[in-house]
Amino acid sequence: MIGITSYGAYIPWHRIERQKFAKAWGGFAIPGERAIAYYDEDSVTMAVEAAIDCLTGIDPSAVDSLLFATTTSPYKEKLCSATMALALHLRRDIQTSDITGSLRSGTTALGFALDAVKAGQASNVLVAASDTRMAPPSGINEQALGDSAGAILVGKKNVIAEILDSYSISDELAATWRSENDTFIRAWEDRMVMDESYSKVMPEVLSGIMNKCGLSPKDFAKVVFDPPGDVRRHGRVASELGFDPAQLLDPAGLFMNVGLLGSAMPFVMLVSALEQAEPGEKILFAGYGNGANAFVLQVTNAIKKLGARRGFSKHLESKHMMENYNDYLRWREIVPLDQARRPDRGHISVAANWRQRKDLLGLWGIKCRRCKTPQYDNGGITTTPIRVCAVCGAVDDFDDYDFSRKKATVFSYTQDQLAPAPDPPSSVVLIDFEDGGRMLFDLTDRNPEEVKVGMNVEMTFRKVFVDRGITSYYWKARPIRC
Amino acid sequence: MSGSIKDRVAIIGMGCTRFGELWGKGPSDLIVEAVNEALADAGIEIKDIEAAWAGSIFSGHGGRSVSEPLRLQYKPVSHCVNACASGHDAVRNASYSVAAGIYDIVLAVGFEKIKDEGMSGLPGMDNLTHTHAVATMPGMFAMMATKYFHRYGLSPQDGKTMLAKISVKSHYNGSLNPKAHLRNVLTVERVLNAPIIAWPLGLFDCCGVSDGGAAAIITSAELAKKFRKDPVYIKALQICASPTSGRLTTDYDFTHVEEGYRAGLAAYKEAGIKNPRKEISMAEVHDCFSITEAVTMEDLQFSPRGKVKDDIDAGIFELSGALPVQPDGGLKCFGHPIGASGIRMLYELYLQLQGRAGKRQIKNPKLGLAHNMGHEPLAPTVSVCIVGL
Repeated sequence: MIGITSYGAYIPWHRIERQKFAKAWGGFAIPGERAIAYYDEDSVTMAVEAAIDCLTGIDPSAVDSLLFATTTSPYKEKLCSATMALALHLRRDIQTSDITGSLRSGTTALGFALDAVKAGQASNVLVAASDTRMAPPSGINEQALGDSAGAILVGKKNVIAEILDSYSISDELAATWRSENDTFIRAWEDRMVMDESYSKVMPEVLSGIMNKCGLSPKDFAKVVFDPPGDVRRHGRVASELGFDPAQLLDPAGLFMNVGLLGSAMPFVMLVSALEQAEPGEKILFAGYGNGANAFVLQVTNAIKKLGARRGFSKHLESKHMMENYNDYLRWREIVPLDQARRPDRGHISVAANWRQRKDLLGLWGIKCRRCKTPQYDNGGITTTPIRVCAVCGAVDDFDDYDFSRKKATVFSYTQDQLAPAPDPPSSVVLIDFEDGGRMLFDLTDRNPEEVKVGMNVEMTFRKVFVDRGITSYYWKARPIRC
Repeated sequence: MSGSIKDRVAIIGMGCTRFGELWGKGPSDLIVEAVNEALADAGIEIKDIEAAWAGSIFSGHGGRSVSEPLRLQYKPVSHCVNACASGHDAVRNASYSVAAGIYDIVLAVGFEKIKDEGMSGLPGMDNLTHTHAVATMPGMFAMMATKYFHRYGLSPQDGKTMLAKISVKSHYNGSLNPKAHLRNVLTVERVLNAPIIAWPLGLFDCCGVSDGGAAAIITSAELAKKFRKDPVYIKALQICASPTSGRLTTDYDFTHVEEGYRAGLAAYKEAGIKNPRKEISMAEVHDCFSITEAVTMEDLQFSPRGKVKDDIDAGIFELSGALPVQPDGGLKCFGHPIGASGIRMLYELYLQLQGRAGKRQIKNPKLGLAHNMGHEPLAPTVSVCIVGL
């Protein structure tokens, strides 16, 4: 049996009421709110979060392939999944690939994952889809989009939803696009896209796969597929195909609370569906974008044994409402801003980052074999890597020690108003890890007023610095999310 | 360790520029003015200097930074870069060379031209991989205040009031000092109402960021009285560099500075001091932030652990108190041009011991202690220097 063996999702903590956009620019506000990636998040960090959620209770060394699906890679040239593999503690002898540029890159990657497992080339393929698309300020799409990520593990053991078949359609139309010089998405007239693309392609792919499998709408407990920009068209397609509204995973709720999530949209919808799925149910699943990919899933008994995770529903509930629209402009660097009168942060050294890739991206420290003290150092002048134990003086007598999944408590903190920060103050914490080890970290996704000595925190993978187009990723502490 | 510097070398001349935002002065101005004052004070000429040590961290590179502006003629000059202890380290190396019998007359000069950067605070503390948390120096020291308040059960109001009194005292002393950067008198209320820089530290918890230079001329104890009747003898010179374990391990309390405590212990041993609170007449300590001074009073054993508040409330460290601290205004008000600060502290102790401190004069001091703390409180380098007649 080949299919989905685990799932995970990530929704940023920060949300904004769509009213704030209308307040800033005038005009119409779509009801509801949307998710906004924090200033230290991008598609890569959100994909890592979703993938960690997906790997809950799973040994990362079992993963043979990592596919990162996005339309918003921080790079035109450079592999992001190679960065993610280190953050996720995956093996080195694996396939890593970024599948980019298409809104259906997530479902396309899922198809590749299925093919690889079917062909025996891989036992477990991890697919993470993540997007932080930006629309031009003041337009309606700025309100409609949202930032999120979803992850799916495809394999042969402990399958929670067997993938019975897949089917694809290719369709040429510049419905939305972004050239290599564009920051913001562009779109053709919505009505034409609805009429000539979405409303034709989606029924075509859904009925195509049903015909291929000899199934009809009544065979499915749930039907999960991408909505178009005009979410109402989603329901019309479903009813024209003969689905009952009760069968639909209605994207309206997601749209109202999180937004249109680009390549992550079908994954996040599927995670939401799987959270409610019962053994024996069939799910019809499809992603749209210059054509479509469809899959038929059969939920198994194993879904009841899947360990607890944050997934879609817990991430959805855990949120912090932004106070103003200006913060969005600042976090996404949409407008040039006054710079703090503080020193330049210097350049990224590719050599230094490469040398320390394991401890920077994977947050690996050491545990002294003699005195058993876990240690990690990110603030020393010349102490990285640690060659001499800070407690007993043992030299090079250490085991690797994973700090990334450890909980910690705040030993002391400050709220630094002078330090340059995209969301001042800069909250900095000295934290004690649950099984030993202390270190200084930035604190993210926090309400400054709630930070206290003794507060419980966890580690999260974030973007910390961009220099000459190179993005430096590292870990921060955050209050236990949910 | 059998050697000791006690009473083997003496300071026979000192100089110090005014500290402040000296927009019109460059590093050569600071060096030449400080050294010329020191030479005149010692009654010697630049040609009498046999070797020199420079202390700075942001200004200058290598010994030439000092030989060049002074036109020192082909003499050996070294550059000590040791964070905020750079000035003391220059004095230490200069003193050791004389004690070793290599030279008779040497120069130590500390200087820093910071205000050419066009920004507040000090130049950056990012590490190569940009993984250091985004905190300024005030932020790093603020975390020590957070922990101190937490450990000793001080409410933010009580803790901040304790710290405010430290700054009020130093501003009073600074107001009496014509060379000080900040000469305004403050009230506790004004300190408490100042904008927060890094919680819980506010504007007046932070020292001045200043340009300045200071110099000392050192000779052997045997020769000292040939230059003047009141040379000031070095009693102890200790530096303690952190192995950086407090930031990494959970047993460090972060309400004291181990390096400061140990540098104090070593200096007291070298100077033969048994009861620091009674025997030390006055101290210039590294009050980069008010919390640093509070903790340093405990590290140097002037106050029992957790009890500095009682001594602050009792006025022990005021100019008229039993153990005056920062008689010249300290880093807080004299200012803090990094490399110059250690020698500036010695300049005040030197003037006080010689009875030349004017309105700030402490009655009949015998021993003065200068303390510098470099880097950040989780991994500092601390120097303690004791001088006396």
